[in-house]
Amino acid sequence: MAKVQTHTFDAVIVGAGGAGLMAALYASRKAKVAVISKLYPTRSHTGAAQGGIGAALGNIEEDHWEWHAYDTVKGSDYLADQDAVDVLCREAVETVIELEHMGLPFDRFPNGKISQRRFGGHTNNETGKPVMRACHAADRTGHMILQTLYQQCIKNNVAFYDEFHVVDLIRVGDTVRGVVAYEIATGEFHIFRSKAVHFATGGWGRCWEVTSNAHSLTGDGAAICLRRGVPMQDMEFFQFHPTGIFKLGVLITEGVRGEGGVLINSAGERFMEKYAPTIKDLASRDVVSRAIYLEIMAGRGIQGKNYVHLDITPATVNRYFELEGEKRRIDRAYIEAKLPDIADFTRTYLGVDPVQEPMPVQPTAHYAMGGIPTDVDGRVLLDAAKTVLPGLYAAGEAACVSVHGANRLGTNSLVDLVVFGRRSGVHMADYCQGSDLLPLPEGAADEVIADFERIRHSTGGVKPYIVRAGMQKAMTEGVGVFRTDETISTAIAQMAELRQAYQGVEVDDKGKRFNTDLLEAWELGCLLELAEVTAVSALARKESRGGHAREDYQERDDANWLKHTLCQRIDDGKYQLDYKPVTLGRYEPKKRVY
Amino acid sequence: MQLQLRIRRFNPEKDKKPRWGEYTLDNVSPNDSVLDVLHRVKWEQDGTLALRRSCAHGVCGSDAMRINGANALACKTLIARLKNGSETVKVQVEPILGMPVLKDLIVDMEPFFDHYKSVMPYFVNDTPPPADGRERLQSPEDRARFDDTTKCILCAACTSSCPSFWANDRYVGPAAIVQAHRFIFDSRDQAYAERLKILGDTFGVWRCRTIFNCTNACPREIEVTRAIAEVKMALTTGIV
Repeated sequence: MAKVQTHTFDAVIVGAGGAGLMAALYASRKAKVAVISKLYPTRSHTGAAQGGIGAALGNIEEDHWEWHAYDTVKGSDYLADQDAVDVLCREAVETVIELEHMGLPFDRFPNGKISQRRFGGHTNNETGKPVMRACHAADRTGHMILQTLYQQCIKNNVAFYDEFHVVDLIRVGDTVRGVVAYEIATGEFHIFRSKAVHFATGGWGRCWEVTSNAHSLTGDGAAICLRRGVPMQDMEFFQFHPTGIFKLGVLITEGVRGEGGVLINSAGERFMEKYAPTIKDLASRDVVSRAIYLEIMAGRGIQGKNYVHLDITPATVNRYFELEGEKRRIDRAYIEAKLPDIADFTRTYLGVDPVQEPMPVQPTAHYAMGGIPTDVDGRVLLDAAKTVLPGLYAAGEAACVSVHGANRLGTNSLVDLVVFGRRSGVHMADYCQGSDLLPLPEGAADEVIADFERIRHSTGGVKPYIVRAGMQKAMTEGVGVFRTDETISTAIAQMAELRQAYQGVEVDDKGKRFNTDLLEAWELGCLLELAEVTAVSALARKESRGGHAREDYQERDDANWLKHTLCQRIDDGKYQLDYKPVTLGRYEPKKRVY
Repeated sequence: MQLQLRIRRFNPEKDKKPRWGEYTLDNVSPNDSVLDVLHRVKWEQDGTLALRRSCAHGVCGSDAMRINGANALACKTLIARLKNGSETVKVQVEPILGMPVLKDLIVDMEPFFDHYKSVMPYFVNDTPPPADGRERLQSPEDRARFDDTTKCILCAACTSSCPSFWANDRYVGPAAIVQAHRFIFDSRDQAYAERLKILGDTFGVWRCRTIFNCTNACPREIEVTRAIAEVKMALTTGIV
C-alpha cells in the first residue's frame, strides 16, 4: 500500500466553520488539537450566513430566553428536544456576549449596545408579535463570526491542516482511533491518530438543484459517520429557505423581511397575510416556502413563472408600515447600511436594484435539520437507546442534537454553531484528559485508499456531473418542498439507478497534485448516500411536519409520529429505520399557527 | 451564445512551463458567471482543470483570478460584463500574479496568509469586560469607523494586483493592511501601537505607492487605498 504519514494529536476537529473553530478554541485550552479542513478556514460556509444570530439580549425591547425557547420549539413543529432547546437559548445569550468580547463587530444601537432586528418566527410570547432578537453585523453576520473565530484561533496558536480532505474515520468496535485525510496539494494520504474525533463538516444542500449551499457542501462528515455505523437522524427534514434568488438559489436573508420587506404575488397581493395572519412574512421558513409554492401552483407566480417578488423598496415597505400603524420608515440609506451584501448580490446577478425594484425569489435548499445524532455535549449517539460512542463528537449543521426538529428558525444555525461548538470542545478536551491513545489498527487507511484508486483508475466512462445532475433532479422533483408516496418512491428508484451509474464514474485526472476531479467524484459518493437516506426516511414518515410536507398525509400526526427517525446503513443501498422519542418539556405540542 | 475561453494551464506533473488551453463553449448565457463556464470546461471537457471555488456567490474568497487581465472573483464576474460587441465572447483566465502557481489556476496561498498573520489580525483587549457580564459598549459612529475593512474575505485579489507586491513579495500587501486597519480603528482594541509599529517597518505601508489597483480589484468594494492611507496618516500623526 501507499506510503502514509501519521500524525498524533489528542483530538482532531474536521471542518473549520463556526462549530469547528469554536470547538477548537475551547478544546485547545486543555488538549493538543488539530483542525483539518478541505478548505482554507475562512472559505467555510458559516461565512455566508447573513441576517443574524438570535439571542434574547433584550437590548431594545423586552425579551427572555424562554421566549426564544418556545419560538424554537414551535418553529420545530414540536420535534426538537426541549432539554436541548433550553441549553441552546439560555447559552445563546452568554455566547453572543462572548463573541462580542472576542471582538466581533456587531452593529450597534445608539446606546452602544448590540443591535438587534426581527427575524422569522421570533416573537414576544405574550403578544405574538415579532420581537427584535437577531444580533447582527449588517447582513454579513456569519462572515464576522467566521473571521472572529479564525482570528482568535490564530491568536491562540491552534494547529491547522488546511486543504486536507478527511475521507475516513478509524473506528474499531466502539472506540475511535483517528481519521484518514487526503492532502489535496500532493495527493498523499495521512493518518491523524487521536483519542477523539470531532466532525463539524456542515450540510449537504448540493443534493438538490437549486441551493444556497456552497459547492463544497457535500456532507462528507455525515457520510463518513454513516459508513462507519452511525445512524443519521431526522434526515427527511431539510429546510427550503423561502427566498433564494430565482434560478441561482443564492440566499436573500430573512433579515430583508425583518427590516420590513414583503412577499408579493403576480396579483400584487401580500399573500402571507392569508397564510400567517399574525406575523405574515415573518412566519417560519417551512410555512413561507409552502405558501410561495402554493401561490405558484395557483398560477400567481410572477409572469406565470415559478417565482414571486420580495419587495424591500421604501415605497412598499413604508406603505405597509403606515397601514399597520408602525412609526418607523426606511429609506435608501437605511437599506444600503443594513443590507449591503443583498443589494450587491441582486445588482451583480440580476441587475436589480432592490431599493427601486422587487427581487425575484423562489425556495432554495438551505439547511439540514437532521444529521449525526448527538447529545447536548456533542457526543455522537449510536442508537435509540442513546448509546454514546466514546471519543466521537459532532456539532453544527452536520449534527442533530436536536434543537431544530422539523424546521429550524432563522438565526438558530449560528446559535447552534457557537453554543454546541463550545460545549463539544469543552467536553472533548475533558474526555482526552481522562483517556488513553489507542493503537492504530493494521492498514487503517487501506480501505479508503482502495476506494480512491478504484475511482482514479475506473474506465466506466460515466461523467460525474451527469450522475450529480441526475441526483439533483431526482431529489428536487421527489423530495422537495412538497412530496408524496409516489414522488419519493420514484426518487428512490432513480437513486438506485444512479448508485449503479456511480460505479462507472470515470475521472479525467489521474494525477496526484490538486486532483479536484477525483475529490469531486468522491464527494459525489457522499451526496448520493445522504440523498438516499433522506428519501428513505421521508418515505416512511406518513405525516406532514415542519420541512417534511406530504401532500398525501397533510396533517401532523403526534399519536404516531412525534418521534425522531434514525436511519442506519446496512449495506450499499440498504437501510434500516428505527425511531426514538422526542424529549418534551414545558411546551405541549399544539397546532402551529402564525 | 458561443464563448471562446483561453485558460492558463500548468500541471507540474507534466508541463515544464505554463501553456494556454483553448476551449469553445456553446449555449452560454450572459448571466453565466466565469465560474459557471470554468465548471462547464472542467465537467464536460477536461476534468484535469484545477481551480479553487466554494460558495459561488462572492463571499468565501476562493476563486480570485485574472480575468481578461484584471483581478476578480470568477463567481462574481458575469459573462455579460465581458462581452465586447462580437457574437463570440472571448474570455481569458489566468492565475493571480505574485504567488507561485501550483497547478492551473491554483496558487500557493501560504505566503499570503503568512503576511496576514504577521499584523496581529485579532482583537486585543486585556481589560476585564463589563462587570455586569454584558457587551462592551461602542457607539454607532465608532463602529462605522472601521466598517469598510470588516468586509474583507481574504481573496488576495488586492495583494496580487499590487505592483509593489510584485516587485517585492516581502511587502505585507494591501490585504494584510486592510486586516490591521480593521483593528487599529476599532475603539475597543488596545494593540494599535504594536500594529502600527509592524506596519511602519520596511515592508509595511510605505511600500504602497498609491496606485489604486487594490481598490479596483476588491470584489467587496473596500476602499483599500484609503484604508492604507489612513494607516499612513496614523503613523505620521500618531492620531488614530
